[in-house]
Amino acid sequence: MSHKWAASPYLVWMALFIVVPIILVGYWSLTVKTDAGTQFTTENFRQFFNPVHLKVLFRSLELALIATAVCFVLGYPLAYILARNNLRHKNTLIMLLVVPMWMNFLLRTYAWLTILEKNGVLNTILRWLSLPEINILYTKTAVVLGMVYNFLPFMVLPIYSVLSKIDPSIVEAAEDLGADWVTVFRKIIFPLSLPGVFSGIAMVFMPSVTTFVISKLLGGGHYSLIGNLIEDQFRLVDDWGFGSAISLVMMALILVSMALMSKFAGEDRGLGLW
Amino acid sequence: MAECIIELRHVSKDYDGTEALKDINLKIHRNEFVTLLGPSGCGKTTTLRIIGGFEQPTSGEVIFSNANINDLPPYKRRVNTVFQRYALFPHMNVFENIAFGLRIKKLGETAVRSKVKKMLRLVNLDGYEERKIDSLSGGQQQRVAIARALVNEPDVLLLDEPLGALDLKMRQGMQIELKNMQQALGITFIYVTHDQEEALTMSDTVVVMRDGRIQQVGTPIDIYNEPKNAFVADFIGESNIIGGTMIRDRLVQFAGSTFECVDEGFGENTPVDVVIRPEDIELVPESEGMLTGEVRSVIFKGVHYEMLVATDGYVWMVHDTLMQPIGSKVGLVFTPQDIHIMWKEEG
Repeated sequence: MSHKWAASPYLVWMALFIVVPIILVGYWSLTVKTDAGTQFTTENFRQFFNPVHLKVLFRSLELALIATAVCFVLGYPLAYILARNNLRHKNTLIMLLVVPMWMNFLLRTYAWLTILEKNGVLNTILRWLSLPEINILYTKTAVVLGMVYNFLPFMVLPIYSVLSKIDPSIVEAAEDLGADWVTVFRKIIFPLSLPGVFSGIAMVFMPSVTTFVISKLLGGGHYSLIGNLIEDQFRLVDDWGFGSAISLVMMALILVSMALMSKFAGEDRGLGLW
Repeated sequence: MAECIIELRHVSKDYDGTEALKDINLKIHRNEFVTLLGPSGCGKTTTLRIIGGFEQPTSGEVIFSNANINDLPPYKRRVNTVFQRYALFPHMNVFENIAFGLRIKKLGETAVRSKVKKMLRLVNLDGYEERKIDSLSGGQQQRVAIARALVNEPDVLLLDEPLGALDLKMRQGMQIELKNMQQALGITFIYVTHDQEEALTMSDTVVVMRDGRIQQVGTPIDIYNEPKNAFVADFIGESNIIGGTMIRDRLVQFAGSTFECVDEGFGENTPVDVVIRPEDIELVPESEGMLTGEVRSVIFKGVHYEMLVATDGYVWMVHDTLMQPIGSKVGLVFTPQDIHIMWKEEG
């Protein structure tokens, strides 16, 4: 109790950089500047439910869901292999997984641009091998690829961390009771790894659904996502009110989906993020 | 003896060059309560894990009902294990934990229910079906672990220090319960512990191990009364171990005197270890003693006093219900049967 004051810098920080901005965003979203001064309005939120904008929302959700699913399908086996005790060079492999994250996010995404270009690295190699060219740049596939590439570690690491904490004697106990490998995985390992799976899904889905860099660079503007819509309101259209309203709706959506997920994850095994 | 159910033949186990087990030969009979006893690192748990199938022996054979099971995976062995830290499934309730093995065998729901219920009654956990694992006390988790293993009606139950995490009172209670269960169910128990009292209380046969080797196999009474070497004598209960010389059959010299004993076959003038149990020494007035000394310390142990008596050249531990004050001169008396002669250990 005597060290309560030690928390005050964090409280000030949180107030300044989290609470105040949210209040501002809320204020902008509910007001409109007219000649007669600032007025209260719900027009910004109503505008969001315009079919044009809803289409962008659904596209964002769709791409983020695909990216999350791909990350899960790729990431779970990887995490499982990494978590096995007898794996050699385990730390090296984990390093390799994390190293790209040390590089700037923009740079990494630009790199994919060079790889996927019409005369980029990929097609040069394919041509050299006399194979048909692949032109996926500025398609949905490229955007999903960018998301998977950038966010895969966020799927692998939480699952790996949960899997490696499972007591090996629990697995042995299941084998001892007659469970073969498949049954052990189905009835013990997978259920016990669910908290990691849910964290991983949350940590991939959230940045995917709100990204604007990946869709801009790899989607080439053809696949405007909700993040791009928000960016445009602030930087191009100069409609801070509408931009704020979309941001708040997204926040609400994310909060609701997180709450639903932690409910599925079980009351006492929360997400850790929630 | 009943038929032999498990046999280890020349079993050795290496971990990266260090020998955990060296040439283990052991026969375990049906309905026997066998305890593997020894200090930590003696190989008792490794032996158990080899029988359970969680480790493969580097060499040697594991025989189960006359068949070699070296290559049989754990889930195909007719043994079940109670793990050291119970290893209950944290995401299942008590009922599902116990039902796990039965469900894998695809037993019908009615049969599963009645078997689990019966087990819960056996381990005194009636009404705990829906409880979560982390809401149970250590003793209750322990019972669930035992029920989860026993419900499969294994031929052999392996127990790896199952009472290690419990407090003394609960441990003593569970010792008796386990022994009763074993006798009621007629299942072979192989029990690993470092607690010699536990081993003596529960077992039909005690296997004393040290540094990956079996030191002695015998009934608790044999092991206690006729330890084969100084290590066993010291590990099983308290002992006074003193160097001496076997002058000839039935005559031994130690602590500066010669004593009659009952041991034979050590040759003449052979250096030996002499072991006398603290409770076998009687304290008498100085003039009547075979050895004389002075009481150095007295510790009250509940049933008896533990006294250290210094004689010429050796300090004897004596257990007696009568206390002799510190500093008093006393005599020590023991009978020839109380003197145990052992070969000096190499090294």
